[in-house]
Amino acid sequence: MRRGLGERLWAFAVWALVGFFVLNLLAMIGSVVVNSFGTRWFNTWLPSGYTSQWYVMAWDEFQLPDILLVTAEVVGAVVVISGLIGVPAAYAMARRNFPGKQVVMFLFLLPLLVPPITYGIPMATVLYQAHLAGTIWGVILANLVPSVPFVILIMIPFVEQIDPRVEAAARVFGAGMFRLFAQVLVPLLTPGILAAMLLVLVRTIAMFELTFLTSGPTSQTLVVALYYAVFAAGVRPGQSIDAMAVVYMITTLIWLLIALRFVNPTQIVTRAKR
Amino acid sequence: MRLDNVSRDFGHMHALRDVSLTVERGEFVALLGPSGCGKSTALNCVAGLLQVTGGAIYLDEQRIDELGPEDRGFGMVFQNYALFPHMSVRRNVGFGLVTQRRPKPEIEQRVNEALALVRLESQADKLPGQLSGGQQQRVAIARAIVVGPPLVLMDEPLSNLDAKLRLEMRAEIRRIHTMLGCSTIYVTHDQEEALSLADRIMVMIDGQPRQIGTPEELYARPANADVAEFMGYRNLFASPSENGEAGLQVSVGGARLTGTAVGEVGARAMVAIRPDDLRLTGDGPIAASVEIAEYHGRDFSVVARAADGTELFFRSDQRVTAGDAVRLDAAPARVLVYPA
Amino acid sequence: MSAAQMSLRRRMRERGLDSVTLLVIPAVLFVLALFIYPFVYGLILSFHPRIGGWLANYQKFFSEPFLYDTIRITLVIAVPATILNVVLSVPVALRVRLMKKQRLLTTILVIPITLGTVMVAEGLLTYLGPRGWLNRTLLEFGLVDSPIRLIHNYWGVMLSLVITGFPFTFLLTLSYVTGIDPGLEQAAAVLGARARERFWRILLPLLAPGLAITLALAFVQAFTVFPSAILLGAPAGPTRVISIVAYQAAFEQYDYSLASAIAMLMAAVQLLIITALLASRSLVFRGPASSGKG
Repeated sequence: MRRGLGERLWAFAVWALVGFFVLNLLAMIGSVVVNSFGTRWFNTWLPSGYTSQWYVMAWDEFQLPDILLVTAEVVGAVVVISGLIGVPAAYAMARRNFPGKQVVMFLFLLPLLVPPITYGIPMATVLYQAHLAGTIWGVILANLVPSVPFVILIMIPFVEQIDPRVEAAARVFGAGMFRLFAQVLVPLLTPGILAAMLLVLVRTIAMFELTFLTSGPTSQTLVVALYYAVFAAGVRPGQSIDAMAVVYMITTLIWLLIALRFVNPTQIVTRAKR
Repeated sequence: MRLDNVSRDFGHMHALRDVSLTVERGEFVALLGPSGCGKSTALNCVAGLLQVTGGAIYLDEQRIDELGPEDRGFGMVFQNYALFPHMSVRRNVGFGLVTQRRPKPEIEQRVNEALALVRLESQADKLPGQLSGGQQQRVAIARAIVVGPPLVLMDEPLSNLDAKLRLEMRAEIRRIHTMLGCSTIYVTHDQEEALSLADRIMVMIDGQPRQIGTPEELYARPANADVAEFMGYRNLFASPSENGEAGLQVSVGGARLTGTAVGEVGARAMVAIRPDDLRLTGDGPIAASVEIAEYHGRDFSVVARAADGTELFFRSDQRVTAGDAVRLDAAPARVLVYPA
Repeated sequence: MSAAQMSLRRRMRERGLDSVTLLVIPAVLFVLALFIYPFVYGLILSFHPRIGGWLANYQKFFSEPFLYDTIRITLVIAVPATILNVVLSVPVALRVRLMKKQRLLTTILVIPITLGTVMVAEGLLTYLGPRGWLNRTLLEFGLVDSPIRLIHNYWGVMLSLVITGFPFTFLLTLSYVTGIDPGLEQAAAVLGARARERFWRILLPLLAPGLAITLALAFVQAFTVFPSAILLGAPAGPTRVISIVAYQAAFEQYDYSLASAIAMLMAAVQLLIITALLASRSLVFRGPASSGKG
């Protein structure tokens, strides 16, 4: 439809707003990256020289290899376990209408709607009492709480997309439950499972509050270690903190880019709209 | 309203080319054609929802193609009705008057009149979601006509209704047009609809108008082979043609028939015969064998194969069965011959 | 198998209960054990304070300004941030839905959500600092005489909430906006409504229920702001949000009872506001944003 002058101005203003936002976002990321490579940076636009010493320093100071390992273990466990619990549950929710299903659905929605700090504190309390807090399993369990429902919510539409008559056909031709699952359902669900796994991965790497509340010195993930580094900023040179931040950014963004090959950006924001 | 050589491109795709049409005051014109022929595109250009990339559109000799849809003042009925789901029937119908800032009493009166015209007064305060398809359609019509527009545009309004409802609503549309006398442009792919509703029909194929004429002209005298095919001349094939003493001679199913030329016909031609014009006779020139016979109550629609392999479609009120040998003939005036 | 057993099985299957339904059980148990149970446990614990009667924790909270003031402080941060994020998301979403190649933009906007609040805090500390690029640009163009203070105060936290919150509200609003039948706007245009009128009469009423949900979800996120308030704000004073005092009660004072009480209060405030927002939804239209048999 034709646009008058007023509408053009409005469109321009909106795009200017978006551009401003994006510009600041990229500048923010840029300044962290630049700082992490700079020798000294005081009153100039760019640092006086470049070095990679801060990365070496961060690697040792912050025990990055250990932390990366812990992060990988936690994230890996969360992805696998949430998949094992969540995918069958999603299948059941999509294919069966049982009494109390609404309640169960609500149960699965709650951990996604309630922000982590609110349920994190009582949950951490319980984990401490169970002597699980401070260990890697405590962290894994804590991170599973939002992840299992997330997998379920993502997978339900994928299961619903499979025509139930395909399953019926498999049964008519003699497939038992196990064969049905392995040879019909899992292959058809693979794109959905992949999407869900990648999204859980990305979300767990960035999940701060839950890990923060339940981790001990040997079970910190990268994001929590970063927090502590920034928190104690006066003690360490800012550049090495930014070096660690860059390592974190690369870790998250790589997985984000991989995830986006299979998934629409909108799904990272869970579809909790009713 | 006058369309003057209107064209509309989407990138390299020519959706409309050389569309010229004049709609007189009070006339009901149908845009008819297969899916993708550009008829909806043309309608959207008239409405202002699409800009024309070539040509111009005039209303009472004033140029309107520069105006946005808000300024053209037309009424439009959409294929999926596009009723505002959050407004009652009354508010839906009154919307066009509200945007014109009419005084409230006037709006109320005109809305009531429009609702009475489409016989929906009792549903005035319901929401569109609470109405049936046919009722929603009538609300859409009321909403379009209440503003008293110079032109009403209808985009396949009946295509979402079931067969019975479609017939009822066709009669409704006819009735309303007769009562109000609004100039109307009606887009459809259903030739029966076009033939029964329109004063004139423009057949469009592949973005171009192929014939403009009255329903009778289109039915009995398609201007070219493409229009003939669309208008239901199912017997359509190539044939040599030569002038003989009895008239233009063509070959149908291996037999010689006399036909009528439409346009300049050379040695090669396209022959078109309606199934109802191809008659079962005892001694007709065309010999064929019946393949399929479908019962339709009053008659049969039959597919037969001639000796030379040509598939022939005809209608018969006598019962025939697969395997019967039949003889067919057609009156010369009903055998249309087109340039190849 | 006896006839009685078979018909029991069949009746159960008809009600949707068979072996497949059992697949739901591990997930249900998990959520019950690690979400519902701690919550209930925390609730009960909050009524068993270290000293005093069963309401002592709550009384303590509402009698010490250090504590009850956090609600006000948190709301002063969360409410403007949420409203700003949601209000800005509407015009942007309305524009972006007309775009053909939205993917690049939505990808860029998803980055802050993916990076998380800690990273954004560190980024802003670098970028908004007195020697950071933003201040440098402002000084260079003569817009200010000395660097403006944007970190370790209210504004830093505010900006971090916008950077992480706006993409979230934008994506949600975009999904609602694309759910509106474009034919409705066309119909309104043909009926004489210009862009502004189409917005107020058609788009906004149809968006309102979705916006209420977006407001609720965005508010909940902003209200529970935690690392930004500490790293980027002034946790001792102006940005001492309620999650900080809850954390301190649990991990610095080891008063789990009080911590649970504060967590319950947080949940209560969130629940209150969400209920109010969702109740307002039914005042406006609540149904599919398209009509007819389209």
